[in-house]
Amino acid sequence: MNTQHSPEERLWDYIDGISSPEEKTVIEQLLESDEEWRAKYGELLEVQQILHSSELEAPSMRFTKNVMEEITKLHIAPATKTYINKRIIWGIGIFFITLIVGFIVYGFAQIDWTVQSDSKIPVDFSKVDYSKIFSNQLVNVFMMINVILGLFLLDRYLANKRKQFREEA
Amino acid sequence: MSTGLNDNELISKVLSGDQQAYAGLVNRYQNYVFTLALRFTKNREDAEEVSQDIFVKAYRALSDFRGASKFSTWLYTIVNTTCITFLRKKRLEVHSLDNEKVFEVADSLDSGMRANMVEQKSRVSMVNTAIKMLSTDDAEVITLFYKAEQTLEEIAQILGIEANTAKVRLHRARTRLKEKMELHFAQEVKDLN
Repeated sequence: MNTQHSPEERLWDYIDGISSPEEKTVIEQLLESDEEWRAKYGELLEVQQILHSSELEAPSMRFTKNVMEEITKLHIAPATKTYINKRIIWGIGIFFITLIVGFIVYGFAQIDWTVQSDSKIPVDFSKVDYSKIFSNQLVNVFMMINVILGLFLLDRYLANKRKQFREEA
Repeated sequence: MSTGLNDNELISKVLSGDQQAYAGLVNRYQNYVFTLALRFTKNREDAEEVSQDIFVKAYRALSDFRGASKFSTWLYTIVNTTCITFLRKKRLEVHSLDNEKVFEVADSLDSGMRANMVEQKSRVSMVNTAIKMLSTDDAEVITLFYKAEQTLEEIAQILGIEANTAKVRLHRARTRLKEKMELHFAQEVKDLN
């Protein structure tokens, strides 16, 4: 039962036809048994009827003609999706992925793989000279741009997912 | 004639180069668009200018309409954004839902309307006048639901809000309209019953 809403809200939902079947049954029972609910229902129905009787306003007689005169000078813009070429998007994506892979490969190339260690991991991370990789300001800026672009892509992806989820719901 | 065609058929014709078919869509929706614009602008001259702008924008962007929603829902989204932009340009205050100033403005509007009230005895005039007394947000949601026949989900899409928020807004708008009518048209409502 929809008890968290006020009787008025529940009645409006009933009038609008958006109550669940169970709620509809409950309200119908209340309308039969409760005088107060019946009175409120009558009052809201009256408002509903009044609202339906409101009229649309009309623009001037020349309205359509004015619009048509205006659009004769125009062309329909191409659909947004058609001027965003997917190949360009993929190209940019591949460029940045290549860069990131390049940095990782470069980083690993700096590691001395011959160093013996007690650790089971073949790489002694404590001896990796990170300063060689990240000392360059330009490299740091570039990495930052990549991270920001990555976050943008993630944001777009999640926004699309949310939209899809809403549409399915 | 294009008048017998449905919205999607008219759109296909326009997109395939029949510019005149667009007049069918303008004729079909001009009153809805104009009424909604009037809820924002509060005067007919501005509403007409904004409505014209809305139809021009819709024409230019027509290829973006994919048919995922009704054409009317898509069009009213343009109405909403164009009217908000118009109000910003005009530097008018767009009243928020819980802004109590709404009632002060409504009351000041009411004083101007009082002069005509004697002649506005009919139910239609009364309800239209009462809607004009509401805030832009309230008047828009009521018009979309009752006149433009949009569902709560479609209203949510137009306004860029959740469906549940649209429901709450509609509920509040109706309550405020009821209050306005009881306050200013109590006798007229009684006479009509």
